[in-house]
Amino acid sequence: MVNSGLINANPIVYEKKERRVRSAPTYNDEYTVEPIDQLESFLLTFLNHIRDIKDPEHPYSLEELKVITENAIEVDDRRSYVRVTFTPTVEHCSMATVIGLCLRVKLMRSLPSRYKVDIKVAPGTHATEAAVNKQLNDKERVAAALENPNLVDMVDECLGASYA
Amino acid sequence: MAEPSELTRHIESFVDSSRSQAQQAASLDAIVHLVKNDALFIGHLVKEMEMYLTTTDNIIRARGILLLGEVLTRLSSKPLDMANIHSLIRFFTERLADWRALRGAVVGCLALMRRKSGGTVTCSDAKAVVKSFLQNLQVQSLGQHDRKLCFELLECLLECYPKAVVSLGDDLVYGICEAIDGEKDPHCLVLTFHIVEVLVQLFPDPCGPIASFAGDLFSILGCYFPIHFTYPNTEDVDMKRDDLSRALMLAFSATPLFEPFAMRLLLEKLSSSLPTAKVDSLIYLGDCILKYGAERIEKHAGAIWSSLKEALYDSEEDPKLQLTSESRDGGNQIAREALSLLEKIIIQYDDMFLTLITHDEQINMILNNTTNYTSYDEIPMQSKKELLMVGRILYVSTKASISSCNVVFQSFFPRMMETMGLPVEIASESCNSDGNCAVRELHFGCFYICMELLVACRDLILVAEDTKKQFIPTTESYFCLLKQFSTSLSKIFSSILNRSINEADHDVFVHLGVKGLQTLATLPGGYGLILKSTFDNILLRLMSIIISDFGKTLLWKLALKALVHIGSFLHGCDDSEKILSYMDIVTEKIVSLLSSDDFSMPFSLKMEAVSVIGKSGLHYMMKITVKLEDIILIKLSECMIQGNLESAKIVLHILECYSKELLPWIQKNEGFEEVLLHLVVRIWNQVDNCRSLDVDTGGKDLLEAVIKVMKFAVAYCSVENQNIIVDKAYRILLSNPSLQLKGSLLTIHMKGFISTLEVDKLSSRDEWILSLLASVVIALRAQTLIPNLTTFVRLFMITMLEGYTIAAQALSSLVNKLDLMPNGALEEAMDIIFSRNFWGSYETSPERTGRMSHGNEIDLPNFLLGAAHSELLLNHAISGLAWIAKGLLMRGHDRVKDLTMIFLKCLLSEDRMDSFSLNEGSLENSSQQFASTSVMKCAADAFQIIMSDSGICLNRQFYATIRPLYKQRFFSTMMPIFQSLIIQSGSSLSRAMLHRAFAHIICDTPLLAILDSAKRLIPMVLDALTSLSKDVSDKDVLYSLLLIFSGVLTDKNGHEAIVENTSKIINSLIALSAYPHMMLVRETAIQCLAAMSELPHARIYPMRIQVLQAIVKALDDPKRAVRQEAVRCQHAWASIASRSLHF
Repeated sequence: MVNSGLINANPIVYEKKERRVRSAPTYNDEYTVEPIDQLESFLLTFLNHIRDIKDPEHPYSLEELKVITENAIEVDDRRSYVRVTFTPTVEHCSMATVIGLCLRVKLMRSLPSRYKVDIKVAPGTHATEAAVNKQLNDKERVAAALENPNLVDMVDECLGASYA
Repeated sequence: MAEPSELTRHIESFVDSSRSQAQQAASLDAIVHLVKNDALFIGHLVKEMEMYLTTTDNIIRARGILLLGEVLTRLSSKPLDMANIHSLIRFFTERLADWRALRGAVVGCLALMRRKSGGTVTCSDAKAVVKSFLQNLQVQSLGQHDRKLCFELLECLLECYPKAVVSLGDDLVYGICEAIDGEKDPHCLVLTFHIVEVLVQLFPDPCGPIASFAGDLFSILGCYFPIHFTYPNTEDVDMKRDDLSRALMLAFSATPLFEPFAMRLLLEKLSSSLPTAKVDSLIYLGDCILKYGAERIEKHAGAIWSSLKEALYDSEEDPKLQLTSESRDGGNQIAREALSLLEKIIIQYDDMFLTLITHDEQINMILNNTTNYTSYDEIPMQSKKELLMVGRILYVSTKASISSCNVVFQSFFPRMMETMGLPVEIASESCNSDGNCAVRELHFGCFYICMELLVACRDLILVAEDTKKQFIPTTESYFCLLKQFSTSLSKIFSSILNRSINEADHDVFVHLGVKGLQTLATLPGGYGLILKSTFDNILLRLMSIIISDFGKTLLWKLALKALVHIGSFLHGCDDSEKILSYMDIVTEKIVSLLSSDDFSMPFSLKMEAVSVIGKSGLHYMMKITVKLEDIILIKLSECMIQGNLESAKIVLHILECYSKELLPWIQKNEGFEEVLLHLVVRIWNQVDNCRSLDVDTGGKDLLEAVIKVMKFAVAYCSVENQNIIVDKAYRILLSNPSLQLKGSLLTIHMKGFISTLEVDKLSSRDEWILSLLASVVIALRAQTLIPNLTTFVRLFMITMLEGYTIAAQALSSLVNKLDLMPNGALEEAMDIIFSRNFWGSYETSPERTGRMSHGNEIDLPNFLLGAAHSELLLNHAISGLAWIAKGLLMRGHDRVKDLTMIFLKCLLSEDRMDSFSLNEGSLENSSQQFASTSVMKCAADAFQIIMSDSGICLNRQFYATIRPLYKQRFFSTMMPIFQSLIIQSGSSLSRAMLHRAFAHIICDTPLLAILDSAKRLIPMVLDALTSLSKDVSDKDVLYSLLLIFSGVLTDKNGHEAIVENTSKIINSLIALSAYPHMMLVRETAIQCLAAMSELPHARIYPMRIQVLQAIVKALDDPKRAVRQEAVRCQHAWASIASRSLHF
């Protein structure tokens, strides 16, 4: 039988979290630096980047499916480090790698190049957790994946919605 | 006669169903045209068409009959003879039986029946049509369009031939029932509703055919109620739910015979849970009740009353919100409709319903219960809602008519007073301490009900006076009751405000108290209802809140609002006695607030209070301005003569309030000229009187504030009064020796002048006189005469060189407004300004004289040389000349060219300098720059002064002469000059300055003009961007230029120019995206880059790597906004970039 069905046909859709509005910055001083790691609110900068990414299977954003939450992102601006932990909707989700790839591409495009990006599946939420993690953080494999036109099309489609 | 063949051709074309619609319409037009112009008789046409009308081919016959019908429709105003009409209508009547060719027959009948003149259908023919219709037509089995036509025919028959149709009696009614039963199309429904409406009115007889069919007819109509309209096609705007609903309502109320059915249905639907059903029932009830007559309604009165109460009760939302809201229209639609229905009923059948209301057990119970609670918060939610409902009911029933007002007052008002324990006080002058009359306990409910009654009563009197121009006799019982209690009511309302009420109740009680006082104070009819002392006490109470309770925001705001309301009410009804009290108590006190030394109350609140009260009526504003004038002058003299700093602070505040709040309002109203003139003259006198003016601290601010007010006040005055002011100013100027001396100077003795420039500043008093004089001149109308122009111009010229910008502005206003023709005043002024003597006389060394002789213009190089000792002087001269140039440019005077050339020479002076110093070794030393950087900058900024709009002078408010499109003109003359100068310019400094000047011009030119010459400009703009980005001090100019550029970039008219310069643009945008000194510049540059990604792929593809590299850097920008833009831009460009580029 050809498995044309979706891997998770009926995902639970959560409400989008109300976006926090950052208090309008005062431009009194032209030269003050607003560091990427300012207080906890900076997380949002990143969240705004990645939480709009569309799910590869469904017309919902990763946030709506709770694949990504605000707390699952760690940022350290001083050490130029970011770690994203995402939770696939079902344990055997074969889309996990694609989601991870989308996250990586999005962050690569949105962060200064000095950043090191780690993308992980939340522990215990995926059948082949170790394999997925390894695949996502192997830069050779990521580069190879991005050579594959089908994959890149898929990634672009997922990312396309974020600024549509 | 038309060619038969041609006619046949047209007929053929229409009948042939394979032709396009346009062709068919064209042939129809052609035939109609022939008939209209008498080239073809209708009889002839019918004969010609015989074959088509009688053929057995259904399609062709249908088309043929339709053609005849359509032709007749178009000929509605062409006279036809009776025989023709008769035979035609006979034909169509017969054809109604032919179901295959029905449409043409209906169209034809309709066309003939609708004829108003030039031959109409006879009654007997009409009757035949109806008969045939009833016999042959199965309307509901037809298509939508045919049904619509049939209904139109029916409607037309009923409306135009009532006699013919009435004789058919039962058959007709039965036939119509059959035809309309089950109709669903909204367009047809509107027609059917109307048909029923007309039909039932044809048979008013209670024993006639309608009486027997009323039940059937209503059951057909009733199932449409309430209209549930979900028409999917929203483009179909010509049909709305309201139209349908209205048509149905008219059908419902068309005959009293429907009463038993309609009332039952409506009352039933009123109790449904569907909001639209409730609203519709209420609206329908309102209409039906008016038309069915008292006898029939009486049966239902009880039921209507209880459903109304229920609807009102259910519809109440948050009671607290309702209590504290401003408007009465608040609440939802159900409540509004219910109340308007109640009002209609009471006006129509007052006795019947008023008894119901006054004897209603529920109302009485609710009112009795109110005494159980003293605080608002204690009352359970349900009781709150009930109370609110009673309040509304009483309000509406009181307001409905005078008799109803009497009834309601008599039955409820004394009871409330008794509950509150209020004594009757008619002449209560003796009992004026609040303590005596204050009640021991607050009963919220009583207050609320009293307030509703009061407001209703006031509204009733107002409406009566407004619409019928009648005064309500003072003998009415409610009037006496109100009069008896008004004083004690006012006391109790103000005592509510005194009490310290707990948090939960506070808002509600404050609203009630203030509103109660406001209502009492706005009772119409002089001192009839309310004693003068009571009225005064109310105003005093509110004023005391304004003065002392500014800490309690809500109370203060409400009190102020109430005062404003009272003020504008009195102003509106022109109650002169009360206005006098108001003036004494409110306006006087409010003004004295401003002048008081008490700074505990925030100034902003004082200002707000004064301005809103002033704005509530002309009288008040007048009073306030007169009072303020006195205060301003007293305080001015205090601070000028005694150097009282406190007074300076106060007067500064008052002036600020004057110019910010009062003057803009005064400007829109007339009648203040006298006051303002007086103010101006008194300020001048004040300045004149104090011989040694000593304003040190805050002196500049004070002067600025006075200047602002002065300009405004002078601008408001007419030409005659302006003449008075100018004369006054001139006389004071003459009495001042040092200024007068300057005015009489013919030349500047440069050396001496420069040496004195720093030392011999104007004295404080002279500065005041000069500034005031300048502000007067700025605000003058063009027609105002200036007594001694020469003196004025000279004085301003000299002071302008001393660095008083306001003098330059005054000069520019002069040259802008002076008349060209009558006495050559403008020429005179220009002569002085440009006079060689004036500028040339600095000359000290005789060998320079030779170069002075070319023409009667400012010999600038010499002047520059002479003035080289003092950059400051040069800067003053240049910016002053820039103002003059602006004045000239705005009126379109030629001399502006000379001035522009001077500025350009300054900009280029460094270039010249090289050649100059080679030729003339005699220069004192080479370090003595011909024109220093600061002078060049000043010259560049001169263009900003010339181009930008100024709020200070030379605008519409100050009567500037403005030539249309002057900016565009200047722009298009200057651009080629700048283009060539920039190319020729040798030194980088000059070029930078030229770019700066160029940017100033571009920034203030309308975008449309720039777009026209975008192709030429883009390279220059790019160069300017690059050059401006080098100096930190240019960042604002840089930003405005970048904004203009982004405007060109995003406009499709600028597209071509952008495409041509793609790579250059991208390079300079990339450079700007790293501009360190201004975040907005970086942000805008990156936005522009993102917009560039929309350009043709081939153009931008080569640039992608550069752009992406630049954006990667921007992703690490210190500012968040820039980073966000960078991500957006990155996204836009990443899709262009090839996949192998993993940025």
